[in-house]
Amino acid sequence: MSNSFELCVGPIHPALKEPIKLDFTVEGERVKGVSFSLGQVHRAIEWAATKRNPIQVLYMAERICGICNMCHPMAFSMAVENAANIEVPERAEYIRTINVELERIHSHILWAGVAAHELGFDSVMHYTWRVREKVLDIIEYLNGNRITKGILMVGGVRRDIQEKDYGKVREALDYYKELYAKLEGIMLNDASVRARTKDIGILTKKNALELCAVGPTARASGVKKDVRVDWPYAAYPDLDIKPVLPETAGFKATGDTYTRIIVRLLEIKQSIDLIEQCLDKMKPGPILAEPVLQKLLVQLKNVQGEGVAFQEAPRGELIHYIKMTGQESPYAWKVRAPTYANLPPLVPMLSECEIADIPIIVASIDPCMSCTNRAIITDKGNSVLSMDDLRELSIRKTLAMQKEASK
Amino acid sequence: MNLLTGAIASLLLVPIFVVVGIFLGLLFRGIDRKLGARMQARVGPPVRQPFIDLRKLLMKENMVPRHAIGWVFNSAPVIALVSALLLLLYLPLFGFAPLLEGYGDLILIMYLLMVPAIALAIGGFSSGSTYASVGAQRELVLMMSYEFALAVVTVTIAFIVSLANPLLNAFSLATLAALPVWELAGPIGAIGLVLLLLALMLVMPAELGRIPGDIAEAKTEIADGVLVEYSGRNLALFNLAQDVRTIAFAALVVAFFFPYNIAPHFITLEGSAGMIANAAFFLIKLFIVVFAGSIFVHVAVARFRVDQAAKTYWGPVLGIALVGMALAIFGAMMVI
Repeated sequence: MSNSFELCVGPIHPALKEPIKLDFTVEGERVKGVSFSLGQVHRAIEWAATKRNPIQVLYMAERICGICNMCHPMAFSMAVENAANIEVPERAEYIRTINVELERIHSHILWAGVAAHELGFDSVMHYTWRVREKVLDIIEYLNGNRITKGILMVGGVRRDIQEKDYGKVREALDYYKELYAKLEGIMLNDASVRARTKDIGILTKKNALELCAVGPTARASGVKKDVRVDWPYAAYPDLDIKPVLPETAGFKATGDTYTRIIVRLLEIKQSIDLIEQCLDKMKPGPILAEPVLQKLLVQLKNVQGEGVAFQEAPRGELIHYIKMTGQESPYAWKVRAPTYANLPPLVPMLSECEIADIPIIVASIDPCMSCTNRAIITDKGNSVLSMDDLRELSIRKTLAMQKEASK
Repeated sequence: MNLLTGAIASLLLVPIFVVVGIFLGLLFRGIDRKLGARMQARVGPPVRQPFIDLRKLLMKENMVPRHAIGWVFNSAPVIALVSALLLLLYLPLFGFAPLLEGYGDLILIMYLLMVPAIALAIGGFSSGSTYASVGAQRELVLMMSYEFALAVVTVTIAFIVSLANPLLNAFSLATLAALPVWELAGPIGAIGLVLLLLALMLVMPAELGRIPGDIAEAKTEIADGVLVEYSGRNLALFNLAQDVRTIAFAALVVAFFFPYNIAPHFITLEGSAGMIANAAFFLIKLFIVVFAGSIFVHVAVARFRVDQAAKTYWGPVLGIALVGMALAIFGAMMVI
């Protein structure tokens, strides 16, 4: 008699913050087979973009993800700027950089709380989410909003960081510097956290390379990969930055869940350092390439061509592609979120793990499904359509349209 | 004739015990949630929240899944609650002797402690859900892990009592209440008893299904596991059973290690005033045990994996219990 049975986690499950369907074949408590399917939170946001002008799309890009609400519009405007050959003023680049790094701090602290919750360690979750308030407060102080900031604009930013506010930012950074040791103590030295994360969900360097893992997930496996260093954008070329690898802090890059915690914690430290560098190096200047909105819209309307932007979001490499054809709205917009690249590495991580480890392993890539879902298959029975099927469908549609027209 | 009137009087007291047991269980759960929340810097629900939850659950529809075995599914929560309430009748509460003294002993209590866990597992298996089956398997594995350490503690306590007084029934709870083990074990034995107490407190979270021993429910892993298909009245009964079990287990710890009464030994109160003082003192002891064994632990650690739980209870916890046993018995023999 075979002891194996099917266990389905998701689309709705307490371990998942957003819907994804994971199917497991389980023997006892051990996972023998894994597969996953996506498409539960498809919102047709790319299609909606082709009905709006680029400035309107900017605000939609902000709402792709609740956490990466700076990375997405920034990558989008970088793609548009790339297509339209708009040069962003230096000060705007610095302000963008400060904001994405603040976002990284808030994202990683939030993640630490989620991970602790998956382990059943709710005290840590409440603690980390409480200390996260400080970064949200400073984001609100600088931008007027805590979550969706709405300060980006194609060709710059809409709000400057005043000289008098630097002190306030530094104060918040000092708060986190002091707190860092405590966070490290909780997440790295606590015996029960370590027992639940060490040697769990291992992604080898080979697997990480072959399956194209990105961001902290790849770096924890020892892959030296960071868009901010490899293809510097915004103010990063001016800053002193190195990819955070576990080795830099004296840990071995084993690629387990514990190393992923280490990398994220170190990145909090790195972000603090980067923001301080930005504050030191920022020079006064304009913050918008084209302050008059109408002129900018006309300029964008005449753009013909493609633009691509790469960005290091808190979860990894984010890619935005845009095609403009001289119309008011973009012809095409494509978003490749980091989670999309990090999902295939989940398969080797989850194989041979225990049921109890599924939540923390899935959480360890910091999945963001609303970022990822770009397509949906509604026709469940025949989900794979061949060329002939597609042709047949289009002929049928044409005939129906002709019939409609002849009436 | 006298025996008969005594039995009838006991029977009349049973409903009072049931009501008091349920009330205490819910009250302690409320205090647990409030204190836990305060320790996590949250506001937390009001202390009466478990009462509100109970009322709400009892009003809700009682769903039975299509694939469940109906009668097993429905009877498991009743068995769990009845056995948890039965436990109370055999334990010394509020400084009084057990209600059913003479009708059952420590061995029966050990079995009754097991019954709610088994009922939970059976309910899980019968509900026809994969999550519940996984949870039920975990519950059984967990039970097998901690039960031996629990048995070691129990037998040692009884053995020490019987060493000192071979003529008494050492497994009787009344005897334990009358003869505090600390006075029988001597100085070396006291170290052993501390270890036994530690082992018992470590068993407590697993026995009561609280973090780190809540692996059978494990909300984020298997979506409340054994309880996943339970709703309405059945869920209310299971929750009540857990709450009453908390009181019963804490009362057992008190009976083993802290059977002392405050009156008339420490303060000179006679009659009913003394009884009230003893009852209040009992509640304080009970609270300290619940706080140390459950409330404090569940905010301080992460959840075990089932293999880690098995290793911990068969390894360190059992080790502590066995060393405690050896020391305690050695100490007690020295005294004689």
